[in-house]
Amino acid sequence: MMHTQEKDIILQVSGIGKRFGGVAAVSNVDLDVYRHETLAIIGPNGAGKTTFYNLLSGRMQPSSGRIVYEGRDITGMPPHEISRLGISRSFQINNIFEEMTVRENVEVAVTALRGEGRRWNNLASRNRSVQADADELLERLSLSELAHQRAGVISYGDKRLVEIAVVLATQPKLVLLDEPTAGMTPDETQRVVNLVKSLRESGDYTFLITEHDMNVVFGLADRILVMHRGQKLVLGTPEEVRAHPEVRRAYLGTADEEMTT
Amino acid sequence: MVSHEKTMNANRAEQATGSAQVRQAGASPNMTRGAWVVGALVLILLVALPWVAPYFYIFIATEVLILGLLAASFNLIFGYTGMLSFGHAAFFGIGSYAVAMLLQAYQWPLLACLLAAVVVATVLALVIGFFCVRLNEVYFAMLTLAFGMMVFSIAHQWRSVTNGSDGIAGFSVTSFGLGLDLQLGNPSVYYHVVLVIVLLAAALLYLICRSSFGLILRAIRQNPERVAFCGINVRAYRLASFTVAGAFAGLAGGLMAPFLRIASPELLHWSMSAEPVLMTILGGSGYFLGPFVGAGMFVLLEAWITSMTQAWMLVLGIILAFMVMFFRRGLLGTVLDWIQERK
Repeated sequence: MMHTQEKDIILQVSGIGKRFGGVAAVSNVDLDVYRHETLAIIGPNGAGKTTFYNLLSGRMQPSSGRIVYEGRDITGMPPHEISRLGISRSFQINNIFEEMTVRENVEVAVTALRGEGRRWNNLASRNRSVQADADELLERLSLSELAHQRAGVISYGDKRLVEIAVVLATQPKLVLLDEPTAGMTPDETQRVVNLVKSLRESGDYTFLITEHDMNVVFGLADRILVMHRGQKLVLGTPEEVRAHPEVRRAYLGTADEEMTT
Repeated sequence: MVSHEKTMNANRAEQATGSAQVRQAGASPNMTRGAWVVGALVLILLVALPWVAPYFYIFIATEVLILGLLAASFNLIFGYTGMLSFGHAAFFGIGSYAVAMLLQAYQWPLLACLLAAVVVATVLALVIGFFCVRLNEVYFAMLTLAFGMMVFSIAHQWRSVTNGSDGIAGFSVTSFGLGLDLQLGNPSVYYHVVLVIVLLAAALLYLICRSSFGLILRAIRQNPERVAFCGINVRAYRLASFTVAGAFAGLAGGLMAPFLRIASPELLHWSMSAEPVLMTILGGSGYFLGPFVGAGMFVLLEAWITSMTQAWMLVLGIILAFMVMFFRRGLLGTVLDWIQERK
């Protein structure tokens, strides 16, 4: 839950923009993200949500603007440095190590976190402390049974969870989830929602979530940012966003019924 | 080495099988014991070879071991890190030149020469790698090829230092080092020296492949972007992999010069860079020992086929096309897959 009394800003985005040739995928977005809040980013396809993530996580260089994380300017930093500072992201399309086991997927992230990737004089398969951390995380995500399965052969929904496990294994403070429930069955979606809720309650994380499923968005978010054509349309509480006429007109038209129920 | 590889794999006995490239295969305890037996037999055979095989095969085996080490070092970049280098002969060749020149000018002990070969190849790999790892896929391959050609040209043209196309010859290995009195001019003795050094180097390379560092390399091959988002500087790891591979290639090259009794520009030629690529594909890039098996196939086929026909390259081409079309996991990979499926 958001600690409204402190309003500690973990991430400050000012005037961020990204142009591809003549097209502005994201233009002039300002956003303050509060520590420990869950902020959902919604908008139709092409609204610039994923580009926005790409800018925050270092996958793309912004054309303009500044990103400050915990008082530090991270604009234009490479992804691995941003990750080390505590910002970790998932991907819209499953982006895991398919030829490795589920546990090895997590081991890669744990190894990276601890800087053990520089060790050449050990056997990774005997690295008990890394494995213990990986097992603990898999347990937490109810993935223990799949630990020794090859990640390429497990179900789509489980792959999405492994993706989240890899994200969490880097011990981030700010987690960017890109459509975590896309393509999932209702059961699997519920699993992700419950997971995010329990993680939120642990008080260790701040979440940014892009999502198409309005039930998920309104069930999880403390605040919602509505993007439209690369710009910030509305930023507010779920109630404010729900009531906003422009949001209804621009984006939520079809989801109207669902939202009011 | 076979047995070593398989024991490690047995730790993951419960693991699912599949067509993964570098991976730990599921192995039953029976299979592990089988692998130990096969490994021990191969080792005994290798040690006893000079006494049991015809004289000619001492040379064949020496070449297989050296080229196997070269191919295995190449596979650290290719099979483990996922980058196709076409310039690996540069490190092999410079290792050869280093040993040949030091023997010719100073008659250093062999071990000291080999150490120098490793150092020189490491530095060259670090420099070339610094530029190459910035690029991906085909651009990486082209740049390594370009650097390989440059190194070849230097060796070929800089006559005052490298003796041009004649190469460095007319040297002899007078001592081994460590106070050991070995008759290194005797092919059988030299074979045993090569066997011990290659086994030790392969064991070290294997450890590196299976270490935490190796785990990150395998992850980079599968999905470099995801690794970067885990907080790893992918470019630095690629450079480390490239440099380590160059070091081992330099050692292999260093062993080659006394064997051939010459270091010539052919060892640096781009066609030499193709050999570890072919060997790795023949043997299988998915297993640590694949490149060694591939080197064995390559050298034996070359020896047998050239004794029968001039068209060695044609026959090799046909075999290679066949392997790539039907046995993409190479000979070792295909055999091990087949054994696993039967279990």
